[in-house]
Amino acid sequence: MNALNIKNLQKTYKNGVNALKGVDLTVKEGDFFALLGPNGAGKSTAIGIICSLVNKTSGLVEVFGRDLDANSADVRMHIGLVPQEFNFNIFEPVGEILINQAGYYGINRVEATERAEVYLKQLNLWDKRFGMAKELSGGMKRRLMIARALMHRPKLLILDEPTAGVDIEIRHSMWQFLKQVNAEGTTIILTTHYLEEAESLCNNIAIIDNGVTIEQTDMRSLLARLHVETFILYLASEIDTLPDCGDHSVRLIDNTTLEVDINQKQSISDIFVVLKNCNIDVLSMKNKTNRLEQLFISMLNNKNDNGSDDSSNDINNATGNN
Amino acid sequence: MVALKTIVVKEYLRFIRIWIQTILPPAITIGLYFIIFGEIIGSQIGDIDGYKYMDYIVPGLILMAVITNAYANVVSSFFSAKFHHSIEEMLVSPLPNYIILLGFVSGGLARGIIVGIVATIVSLFFSNLNIHSYPVTFAVFILTSILFALAGFINAAYARSFDDITIIPTFVLTPLIYLGGVFYSIKMLPEIWQTVSLVNPILYMVNAFHYGILGVSDIDVSTAFIIIIVFIIVLFYFSLRLLRLGVGLKP
Repeated sequence: MNALNIKNLQKTYKNGVNALKGVDLTVKEGDFFALLGPNGAGKSTAIGIICSLVNKTSGLVEVFGRDLDANSADVRMHIGLVPQEFNFNIFEPVGEILINQAGYYGINRVEATERAEVYLKQLNLWDKRFGMAKELSGGMKRRLMIARALMHRPKLLILDEPTAGVDIEIRHSMWQFLKQVNAEGTTIILTTHYLEEAESLCNNIAIIDNGVTIEQTDMRSLLARLHVETFILYLASEIDTLPDCGDHSVRLIDNTTLEVDINQKQSISDIFVVLKNCNIDVLSMKNKTNRLEQLFISMLNNKNDNGSDDSSNDINNATGNN
Repeated sequence: MVALKTIVVKEYLRFIRIWIQTILPPAITIGLYFIIFGEIIGSQIGDIDGYKYMDYIVPGLILMAVITNAYANVVSSFFSAKFHHSIEEMLVSPLPNYIILLGFVSGGLARGIIVGIVATIVSLFFSNLNIHSYPVTFAVFILTSILFALAGFINAAYARSFDDITIIPTFVLTPLIYLGGVFYSIKMLPEIWQTVSLVNPILYMVNAFHYGILGVSDIDVSTAFIIIIVFIIVLFYFSLRLLRLGVGLKP
């Protein structure tokens, strides 16, 4: 069964802004799904409609087979939302925010208190349970919203930029937590501007731009479209001239740094062999940019250049755009 | 019931937590009214309907406190929830609209009752309060709180700024209360103004409350109850419609 099925979703605001012109999405049950797009693409509007915070103009939204129009309460029972903006009462105690949220779903106070303890401990907020929400740091507020969204144990968790403004350490711990939630059976839809986050966490991906879905596929297929990847190699010792690397495209950045393009027919290990033969040792390496980021930018550029929604063209050397 | 209880308790704790802003001011205000209008000015005014002026204004002052606080509680709470977007906590949940409405209205009712009790206690320092009809007194007390809690909800639903939640109380509610027979009997007015006064719905509530406490009223009490109940039904369904359409809530 699909966790989410959206057909031709459209939204025109009262001020005339046509935020969604026809979004189609299918998210399988149990999936960890990335919903990407530039600012103003319509991601938050689509999420708002799914979560009954925005009235749609037209289109179909089904959650676990239930039509949003016909079974709104049933649909809402299965969804947990972590919105982009903080939307809790900052003058309420942290624990009460969770317990009240559970209450809205009909969960009694005893059960809600037990669940709140579990999630507050898992998200390292237990010490803050009696404090006012306004006293929390930005990262803590984000985690509070995740805990709140899980209180009624939703089957579909929607995260709208959950790690925005969160430091790297907390971001990684949140990733681990979300992976665990997904592994326990909760379908997750994630929007983020950190594309390494989407690449790391998600199995499937959709890209929305200008109110339409321009791509929906699995992460592996999408990344396979990247014909050339660029790596930065840090050398163990200084070199003055670029060695002969045969078919490989190699550039000397400085005395200890090389930039290498690897196409789909080549292996990164080939370049190590070539360099070793030239008595050059590599200390470490990294991708020049995130792979998904390269594709994302290329797809958006491609769409804008074509002036159409046809984004099915293969993505060629995206590194040239960097 | 769990969901309704959750909202009611949350709303109750909200105004109790800030009792210095919500419970204390009406007690001080009503005390000042008694001192100024009752003791100082009232001593210069003769009896009204057989009661000393001080005793005559007690029901109106209590009801004025109930009306303004029931209204203020819901308008400020619901608008704050909109302003901080915390109302989204309820909108994303499967809560039926009538539960959301009943929850907020119950908060207004609770504050109206508590402030009414406080106002009654204050009035006992200035007047020997003898209640003529407990059923009428309590019925008017409760129904008026509900009515103005609903009115506050509608104001908050339409409000886009904090200015919008002060305009109605300042320019509509307060004049209607003052002209609603709190400080005088409409029989003291010229005939034309007596007729005009009948358009003011608060006149009916104040007079029904007068009857409940003092046993005198300028208006037929059953007419007053009919008007109050009709207003409640109309405002309740109008509020539900606003929630269903997402007026002021959903773009």
